[in-house]
Amino acid sequence: MSGTFVGMPAFPKAAHDAVRNTTLRANLRHATHTIRDKRARAVAELDDWAQLREAGKQIKDHTLRHLEHYLVQLEESVTAAGGTVHWAADADEANRIVTRLVRDTGESEVVKVKSMATQEIGLNEHLEAEGIHAYETDLAELIVQLGDDRPSHILVPAIHRNRGEIRDIFEKEMGRWGRPAPDGLSDTPAELAEAARLHLREKFLRAKVGVSGANFMVAETGTLVVVESEGNGRMCLTLPETLISVVGIEKIVPTWRDLEVFLQTLPRSSTAERMNPYTSMWTGTSDGDGPQTFHLVLIDNGRTDTLADEVGRQALRCIRCSACLNVCPVYERAGGHAYGSVYPGPIGAILSPQLRGTTSDIDASLPYASSLCGACYEVCPVAIDIPEVLVHLRERVVQGGEVTRRGAKVTLKPAKGHAAERAAMRAARWAFTHPAALATGQRLASRTRRFHPRTLPGPGRAWTATRDLPAIPAEPFRDWWQRTDGGKDAGK
Amino acid sequence: MRVALFLTCVNDTLYPDTGRAVVKLLTRLGVEVDFPAAQTCCGQPHYNTGYRREAEPLARHYSDVFGPGLASSDYDAIITPSGSCAAMVRELYPRMGERARAEGRGDRLAATLAPVIPKTYELTEFLVDVLGVTDVGAHYPHKVTYHPTCHGLRSLGLGDRPTQLLRAVKGLELVELPGAQECCGFGGTFAVKNSDVSAAMGTDKVRNAESTGADILCAADNSCLMHIGGTMSRLKVGMRPVHIAEILASTEEDPLS
Repeated sequence: MSGTFVGMPAFPKAAHDAVRNTTLRANLRHATHTIRDKRARAVAELDDWAQLREAGKQIKDHTLRHLEHYLVQLEESVTAAGGTVHWAADADEANRIVTRLVRDTGESEVVKVKSMATQEIGLNEHLEAEGIHAYETDLAELIVQLGDDRPSHILVPAIHRNRGEIRDIFEKEMGRWGRPAPDGLSDTPAELAEAARLHLREKFLRAKVGVSGANFMVAETGTLVVVESEGNGRMCLTLPETLISVVGIEKIVPTWRDLEVFLQTLPRSSTAERMNPYTSMWTGTSDGDGPQTFHLVLIDNGRTDTLADEVGRQALRCIRCSACLNVCPVYERAGGHAYGSVYPGPIGAILSPQLRGTTSDIDASLPYASSLCGACYEVCPVAIDIPEVLVHLRERVVQGGEVTRRGAKVTLKPAKGHAAERAAMRAARWAFTHPAALATGQRLASRTRRFHPRTLPGPGRAWTATRDLPAIPAEPFRDWWQRTDGGKDAGK
Repeated sequence: MRVALFLTCVNDTLYPDTGRAVVKLLTRLGVEVDFPAAQTCCGQPHYNTGYRREAEPLARHYSDVFGPGLASSDYDAIITPSGSCAAMVRELYPRMGERARAEGRGDRLAATLAPVIPKTYELTEFLVDVLGVTDVGAHYPHKVTYHPTCHGLRSLGLGDRPTQLLRAVKGLELVELPGAQECCGFGGTFAVKNSDVSAAMGTDKVRNAESTGADILCAADNSCLMHIGGTMSRLKVGMRPVHIAEILASTEEDPLS
């Protein structure tokens, strides 16, 4: 397993092996079913869930419509509170800014709060190449980092690992990064957690620089918010002298009051908790309390391009709760790695091809990584119509069209590898607009039904590899209808 | 009450028994059925695979076939024994109209599609909501489990309409399907494009169905049943997939063959 997603194959190929990995399937099935059932119970407790969902959607849509205004307001508020705001157009720029900020402190180590934004830009790998060690302090992120692995879930990055595997990783790798695992470590959760606690405690106490993301940024006050379950985030946010927060520009909400909605919907949707155990909020700097230097790095990295797409922009409402992953039957079988991104599952299937474009094999295959069953839309706490965006992106893949990349309108050509499908769709369209031709085809199929093969050639082979084809009937319905005068002469 | 039957391309070609069952059932309930011969496909395979512009002529064709009969009151509704095709018309035709407008192509598509959208009903919702019946006088002495297909369940919100109908069938023992609300893995072209995942989902659905001890798995969508039935056949599971229309059409005098 390599630590990056670069050069991943298309989804069906990546999923091929995952589907056959019975340990992975069992780990995922157990974890997703447990959390989805708990989530359903936590959500059912609120009789105003539908209104909260609608409110969350509206707040996000309003903010995205006026993003420029709120970002400027946020910059003013953060600056007034003693922080410094940096703007990064893409991953490279964000990585360069953070590297420079860390270098300026003279340090070569940072502790990290779990953050999707820093994973999206590959910050750890970049810092490592620049001689700066970034230590993940979230338990699951630590497991992923020690195992030189890739995260496979937004909320539970090591969801694909079981306790035995985690024990082995701790025993083998902890010593290379700091305090080794205790001798005779077992795979009980309490012992594993204690080993991680001891290992991490040394890093918290030593670190002079912390790096975080944020779940929300409040424009009117310049406040950043991290919600978490373990408290390691709070350690990183309060102990270091310098705090660098790297946040996507869509994470903004206009007012403090708006948090009321999301602090109810996020924990219930993600961990099925009524309220998450730790909610940390920080506003600039305060003398003698917490970090004395605060930098906010705001990253675009494809977000304003996504915002330009009328159908696709709703993906930016995402609050990264991962409810859609936990309920998705495709994610449950294919696992998170098959999505080739730090954003797996249904949201990843619509977010990655928008943030990165649809040119690579993996990105062009992601919009098809769904049966469009709609379970993701049903659970989404900000009502992102994921099936709608998937179909919209499929259209982009097969038909091309105008999109915005780096702020400029560009016309995409249809992706390669869809020529036969396109021809078949056109032929079907022709037949379906010429009923007489369709009837002739059906009749022909019925008359030759004894000669139909049990396995199909070409793309159809994938169907008959695992399923038997239905028998072609002796007579299509329309012929029966005509022959029997609508069933009146059914004896015929 | 007079209705037009939109049988759908899959049923017409592969499952004519379902069409005959709908005609028999509706006729028994005193509904006059017409089958406009020029009907073909609602365009869902095209639309959901990303060929929206190829789907538009099919949506227009649907309106051309069924619109005039509605306008002249030759029939009062369009009935289809497919949750996913009904969802295509009711949920996605309006969206096609909106998109055409957003692309500066005017309101013509939306105006063409508007009359057929609210008048298209999936069979079980027509029976329960429009005809107001749950006991259709059927007789079917089998142990049956019901799979609510995704578009019927989530796009149309069929809820317990199909199971209300099944519970009223004499002789029928309805048993609950574990994980009923999970997708069977068909998903149209998904079944071919992501065949491994699709097959894994289908296998789990079949194993869940098997665990109920039922001899029949019933659903309101033959496309999903084709995938589930094909999987059952390959796994040599002793169960049969049957469309709900065929169960509801079955009577003591004229049982389902």
